[in-house]
Amino acid sequence: MASDSGARESDWEGVRLHVVTGKGGTGKTTVAAALAIALSGEGRRTLLVEVEGRQGIAQLFDSPPLPYEERTVAVGPGGGEVVALAVDPEEALLEYLDMFYKLGRAGRALRKIGAIDFATTIAPGMRDVLITGKVYEAVRRRKAGRSGAHVYDAVVLDAPPTGRIARFLGVNAEVAGLAKVGPVRGQADAIMGLLTSPMTAVHVVTLLEEMPVQETADAVAELAAAGLPVGGIIVNAVREPLLKVADLTAAAKGRLPRAEVADGLAAAGVSVRDGAIDGLLAEVAEHAERVALEKAQRRTLKGLARPTYELPLLSEGVDLGALYELAERLCAQGAA
Amino acid sequence: MAAGRSLDLDDVIGDLRTRVVVCCGSGGVGKTTTAAALGLRAAEQGRQVVVLTIDPARRLAQSMGLDALDNTPRRVKGADESAGGSLDAMMLDMKRTFDEVVFAHSTPERAQAIMDNPFYQSLSSSFSGTQEYMAMEKLGQLRAEDRWDLIVVDTPPSRSALDFLDAPKRLGSFLDGRFIRILMGGAGKGGRAYLKVLGTGLGVVTGALTRVLGAQVLKDLQAFIAALDTMFGGFRERADATYQLLKTSGTAFVVVAAPERDALREASYFVERLGTEGMPLAGLVLNRVHTTGAKTLSAARATAGAETLAEQGGHPLAAGVLRLHAERMRIIEREQSLRGRFTAAHPRVPVVDVPAQPGDVHDLAGLRTVGAALAGG
Repeated sequence: MASDSGARESDWEGVRLHVVTGKGGTGKTTVAAALAIALSGEGRRTLLVEVEGRQGIAQLFDSPPLPYEERTVAVGPGGGEVVALAVDPEEALLEYLDMFYKLGRAGRALRKIGAIDFATTIAPGMRDVLITGKVYEAVRRRKAGRSGAHVYDAVVLDAPPTGRIARFLGVNAEVAGLAKVGPVRGQADAIMGLLTSPMTAVHVVTLLEEMPVQETADAVAELAAAGLPVGGIIVNAVREPLLKVADLTAAAKGRLPRAEVADGLAAAGVSVRDGAIDGLLAEVAEHAERVALEKAQRRTLKGLARPTYELPLLSEGVDLGALYELAERLCAQGAA
Repeated sequence: MAAGRSLDLDDVIGDLRTRVVVCCGSGGVGKTTTAAALGLRAAEQGRQVVVLTIDPARRLAQSMGLDALDNTPRRVKGADESAGGSLDAMMLDMKRTFDEVVFAHSTPERAQAIMDNPFYQSLSSSFSGTQEYMAMEKLGQLRAEDRWDLIVVDTPPSRSALDFLDAPKRLGSFLDGRFIRILMGGAGKGGRAYLKVLGTGLGVVTGALTRVLGAQVLKDLQAFIAALDTMFGGFRERADATYQLLKTSGTAFVVVAAPERDALREASYFVERLGTEGMPLAGLVLNRVHTTGAKTLSAARATAGAETLAEQGGHPLAAGVLRLHAERMRIIEREQSLRGRFTAAHPRVPVVDVPAQPGDVHDLAGLRTVGAALAGG
């Protein structure tokens, strides 16, 4: 990886907040984690934020469940650092109240009467306000002392899925609509200012399947309409082509030369029963059908005209080592 | 291959005592497709079915005639009604459902006041979480209409599959909450007395709220809660009743998962939670399971064969076929190991596998294929 890091400039120079969304099941958390590693080269610190209370980051990095606390979970390639944070809305609200309003006794009273519980559980939009507020704070946080450098070189947000993303990121515009004046309005405007600026990029993770691609197209349109900066499209779990185009065409038509396959198996020293050869041919036909569908999905994605990155299918599943491999692929393609 | 008990969903939909089937699970596992396939199969077996979907994929929705968003059940054309059954389907419009509840439970003037309140507008249309309440509300309404003998529900794609179960309770705690009482009776006797117990002056609390929210927001919020006050009682009673209904033996929960780590972990939570709540679980549907017609040929042997051919430099087609098979066998091994872990942890939960299809399901024929798999093939 270190050797690769200089090989290609990042497509996202100047972006400090990388928001990663995608349809459920596309591997959004995995991609967010890989991107955080990819951004942590050469002494850079990246904060990886999880917001859905799933502890998916802890699982991926093989660490115990994360408290509401920033913790180093991995060392980046070339000596960087990945810090992770699982945002807890209730704690975030108390912290927020304390930081901005110095409420002291009144803050405790609010908790006692259930206002905190009310705000974080009953009014779920409030959760989104707090989470985006926390992310805003982390992106802007600076070190004490003269340098005043940013504490984090980049923040990666493992965000809610595509179906909720525009609503989630736009929640502060909603708040601004409710509060015409006052400190809440000021805070909401500042957060929307960051989220709609070139410092933010919203990346969408997809698979080469119809529903995720459709949702990706919908999300890209929705984000653009809301003035939120659409980043790249990350195509996950791409299978390598294992057969020639001509063979795939023949397989799709059910005209794969059975005898040739049987001869090849014999030459390879693989002895199987006739039924198994039929099974293998059926697998190839299914594969061909899938490849044809994937081709159509690639066309749709191309039509979105966004930088597109591909990550391979890892048939053994994703472990920590695999995350580094995915990070390297992202760097090599210019995603980080 | 099938370890643990096997699930046959024909036993569930074929039992006339089953009146509600709830499909739940994390996002992207095929809940909507499962709900639609079960509904179609039940209808073609002779039941009067309505499928309540939350957010179907466009083409699946179109195949069921759901391109219009009018929040009322519509007949699905193309279902075989020769056994005397029928299939209706509807897509939940949460704002409209909420509006209907408001209008049904308050005077026209009060309803209008609620509609005009900015808090209502954002709560009913954009804040997430409202969907769960409204799905529950709609289920209650469909049940009360008594036009169908089977309701199949697809739960919202929430951050956690458990949100659906928690919705009625959260609503209850909202209404009984101290915060609401204080906001409601803020100026009245109840609120003051309550704050006195806490040793906090009303001024401190409203002062804090005003500082955080601004005076105008607080005023809108109080007006909104005051306007909802009368209506929420009825809403809550019905949400409670629906929750109780879910506990009866006429309901069957079907947990849907894909053979992936996260989806199965979520499924485990759900199975455990349903047990704790005393909710009737039918079993687990494992969607998109890879299968093979050449299971005697292991990944290792196929890979070795492909390598031999590569060395010899011939038979590229056979080499490709072998590599393709090796990849599939590795996926199958991983899926089976994840499945095995689930069945070991939950040995009494019956499981049915639905084989992976090369493409998405978006017509009734595809739903029938899935339906047949749900009945154990």
